[in-house]
Amino acid sequence: MEQFLYAAEVVVNGLMAGVMYALVALGFVLIYKASGVFNYAQGVMALFAALTLVGLQNGQVPFAHMINATFGTHLDTFGWTLPAIVAIALTALVMVGLAIAIEKLVLKHLVNQVPIILFMATIGLAWFLEGLGDVMWGADIKMLDVGVPKGASEALMTVTEQWTGYGFYIDRLDIWAAAIAAMLVAALMVFSQYTKQGRALRAVADDHQAALSVGISLRFIWVLVWSIAGFVALVAGIMWGSKSGVQFSLSLIALKALPVLMLGGFTSIPGAIVGGLIIGVGEKLFEFYVGPLVGGATENWFAYVLALIFLVFRPQGLFGEKIIERV
Amino acid sequence: MLYREAGDFKTSYREDSQTFPLRLDRWGYYATLAVAFLVIPLVINDYWANAVLVPFLVYSIAALGLNILTGYAGQVSLGTGGFMAVGAYATYKLSTSFPDISILIHILLAGGITAVVGMLFGLPSLRIKGFYLAVATLAAQFFLVWLFNKVPWFYNYSASGQITAPERTVLGWFVTGPQTSAPAKYLVCLVFAVGLAWIARNLTRGTVGRKWMAIRDMDIAAEIIGVNPLTAKLTAFAVSSFFVGVAGALFFSVYLGAAEVGEAFGINKSFLILFMVIIGGLGSIFGSFAGAAFLVLLPVLLKNVLVGTLGWPTDLAAHIELMIVGALIVVFLIVEPHGLAQLWRLTKEKLRLWPFPH
Amino acid sequence: MTLRFASLVAAAILAAAPALADLVVPNLSYRTGPYGANGTQYADGFNDYFTLLNERDGGIGGQKVQVPECETAYNTEKGVECYESTKGTGALVYNPLSTGITYQLIPKVSVDKIPLYTPGYGRTSAKNGKVFEWVFNAPANYWDGASVIVKHLLDLNGGSLDGKKIALLYHNSAYGKEPIRTLQELGKKHGFTLTELPVDAAAGQEQKSQWLQIRREKPDYVIMWGWGVMNQAAIQEAANVRYPMDQFIGIWWAGSEVDVKPAGAAANGYKSATFHGVGTEYPIYADLNKFVVEPGKASQGGEHVGSVLYSRGMYAALVIAEAIRKAQELSGTPTVNAAQVRDGFEALEITPERLTELGLPDFGPEITMTCENHGGSGMARIQQWDAAAGKWTLISEFTEPDQEVLQPLIDADSEAFAKEAGITLRC
Repeated sequence: MEQFLYAAEVVVNGLMAGVMYALVALGFVLIYKASGVFNYAQGVMALFAALTLVGLQNGQVPFAHMINATFGTHLDTFGWTLPAIVAIALTALVMVGLAIAIEKLVLKHLVNQVPIILFMATIGLAWFLEGLGDVMWGADIKMLDVGVPKGASEALMTVTEQWTGYGFYIDRLDIWAAAIAAMLVAALMVFSQYTKQGRALRAVADDHQAALSVGISLRFIWVLVWSIAGFVALVAGIMWGSKSGVQFSLSLIALKALPVLMLGGFTSIPGAIVGGLIIGVGEKLFEFYVGPLVGGATENWFAYVLALIFLVFRPQGLFGEKIIERV
Repeated sequence: MLYREAGDFKTSYREDSQTFPLRLDRWGYYATLAVAFLVIPLVINDYWANAVLVPFLVYSIAALGLNILTGYAGQVSLGTGGFMAVGAYATYKLSTSFPDISILIHILLAGGITAVVGMLFGLPSLRIKGFYLAVATLAAQFFLVWLFNKVPWFYNYSASGQITAPERTVLGWFVTGPQTSAPAKYLVCLVFAVGLAWIARNLTRGTVGRKWMAIRDMDIAAEIIGVNPLTAKLTAFAVSSFFVGVAGALFFSVYLGAAEVGEAFGINKSFLILFMVIIGGLGSIFGSFAGAAFLVLLPVLLKNVLVGTLGWPTDLAAHIELMIVGALIVVFLIVEPHGLAQLWRLTKEKLRLWPFPH
Repeated sequence: MTLRFASLVAAAILAAAPALADLVVPNLSYRTGPYGANGTQYADGFNDYFTLLNERDGGIGGQKVQVPECETAYNTEKGVECYESTKGTGALVYNPLSTGITYQLIPKVSVDKIPLYTPGYGRTSAKNGKVFEWVFNAPANYWDGASVIVKHLLDLNGGSLDGKKIALLYHNSAYGKEPIRTLQELGKKHGFTLTELPVDAAAGQEQKSQWLQIRREKPDYVIMWGWGVMNQAAIQEAANVRYPMDQFIGIWWAGSEVDVKPAGAAANGYKSATFHGVGTEYPIYADLNKFVVEPGKASQGGEHVGSVLYSRGMYAALVIAEAIRKAQELSGTPTVNAAQVRDGFEALEITPERLTELGLPDFGPEITMTCENHGGSGMARIQQWDAAAGKWTLISEFTEPDQEVLQPLIDADSEAFAKEAGITLRC
């Protein structure tokens, strides 16, 4: 019984971790679906969004370090702090601006290129944004606090203790993340099903040329979808940033999202969620039970190997569109 | 006018199928090789060897390897770092277990071992394609790095898991270890780079290369006209991994001299080499060298300009450098998606007519 | 085109060489990359101490010190590039603040004959001066740290750790693996069992399974060997699973303000080892303020003055400065070269009186280096985080590590290296 409860706890925590991965994977799927771009910069976008959010909240002067170094001034902050909700709204605007800039400066010029070139361009973009984020806001570790609670959930612990005799541990931050992810997915679904832009988005995802021929502006859709992905990155940035501070390592979460994508399929939003959950639970269970036998730190590769084995049997992922090849 | 393809007649098949059929090309390459082998070793110093030329040659070999797989056979791989690690650890194990055998043989053997590992991880490519394959090769990347980190046998049970290249000589000259002179390091890498480039050039224009390109252009069509995808894909993985393994072996034993797997052969290495291939030009031998040169030299140059000449603080310079490299990559992909090799081809076109307009 | 590019490169590289100064101490720092937040503070302390010497005393022995900085991003290749580009400028000593780069440089410095000073990091067995002629790691190394931590635990438990469970949460790299062997040996001696929990360096922020494991096994103590984001995430997770903070002890690299602050009040009581003091309550800071911070000469505006990592960078600079002073004394010339600085290190003695003179009373342990011993006494102390006051408090005196256990390990490891590299023992 005890062992079973431990396992159950690991599974629940794995599910929660899976939600966090899925949050990052969602951004990838949105962009891939609409524009066929495999956006490696999604992780860095999350970092950039979180940096911007903290910077705005604390009233930091952007590029302060660079200005100081060049002109010998001593700029630091404007001396105000913004309420979280205002800062989030402003950051969302910045992300929209970023989407417009990316479309104008990069995507527009890369129409009709092969996927790998587009992929590489997003890596270039990732490097650029990484440098820009640091130059704008400085490379220190920053605390992000928008009021998301963290720490073990007391209520859950006492309730489960009464029922099973073993207090389950779940981080409140994870519960919030799960709730927010659920809302995000619901909102995306509603948006794509019931709004004009949403339908246009689905049309583009389905067939670029057909969508163009009925008068949908491809460029508008791209800006739209990159903005949404920017917003998703912001949410992921807030969640991961609240967890362990905003800093360079935040951009590495993209690597955790890739196996989720493989498993769920690059083109499916439910796939990203389900894939995230499977990966989350799988890697936690593996690390917990097999990890100690082989020396631990298996989480990094286990997700990839799991996805790889899975792909051998189903090359398009769990929910991906069936690959039909014609000569 | 300057670059002429016409009037270069051949009278035997042998002449017609030599590595560089054009006389001008041939002399150009001979001249380059002469400078590389005879002039540079005389003037090279530690800084140029360790910071510029040796990394350039090592990365060129790795880029050549990846270019065979990605550029010629069309299989995108993000596992290059992991395969380089195989080469590095294989040389380490071989050279510490059999100290009497020449290190050069160990390096080649390490390439062979990497080829086998590469074929193993290439098997899924028969089922998985495109980006799914790219991400799947990351499994190799992460698994191999973890393996070399976790199994103490690979690093001879040292306390920290670092491997250090033992001192070895070739013909009485140190080629690995701290006492290696700059010219020796450079020449070893150069010999491997030139030899492998020559092999790559001849492989890619022969039957094997044509099969790879058929698979790249459309694998189903290739299968229908009688190219066996199994052998074509696996030979591509094997040859590519051999190159990458040799690069990893040189990277560890000649260039760095000590390595830690997660740091030296991490995922960033895979991306870096893929970049070299793309910037240099997919499916081009020259492109592999050009791409490696671009990405090795550019950061060094930027750093020296920003810190040395402009006197900026190092952190700011490092961030700006990242921005410039990132932006340049994007600009480059926009302006010339076929890479530096295409620029070279265009230059040759121009030179053919120059100085006459028509 | 190619030619012009090459000449441009050459020109840029030539321009990069700093004007020849009399004393050059390169600062291979990292202010970017995954560990940039930690590296910045250390580099600031390192720079500021030399700035202070230059501004206040006109350098060391009347010779100004130049500290050319080179960014490594904690990356070994960039580290090599930095080393090669600075060694031609008459560099006297290197301090790369990275175990990986240290391993890279150890063979190189012995050929180039430049000392390498790695306080509290790098290759532990470099303490054995018989094998590692050019490497110094006083005042303490990783194994000293592990032993001092275990000693602290012994003190808490009335001298016995029999039957206790200790978990080691470590950065899955050369750095994190260093203490394992020592802790195993100490476990045998004191009867505690060791559970090893590696955390992958790249994914350091996700440690849920490790902490669930700690929740299940309920070890009596958790020792952490972390760096970068791993530290913050671990302290946060410990707070989340309510692991008692005063039973959670980090090595000195997992014990700075940036590590504990993200967890807020929950981090209160977290401990870490250290080998130097912390805070701005030392007399030297009056001078530092007057000569460096106020005139605006502080590295990066001086925002980190007095932090743990800043103090450590400053301490490293102090030891290097003292070694240079000693070298000047031994050779009788103010313009010493790298080999003379090595001799200075080997004869270095920093007494408590000297530290007081330098404005840092009781800041570090007494250091005495000899031909055999390049690692000093190995004494370290324990500090504890006070979240309410937002500062570290020292809670133990300098403690001697268990040399009985450590010395054989150091001898074994260094002699294995000597054999592999074909080094004949000195002294």
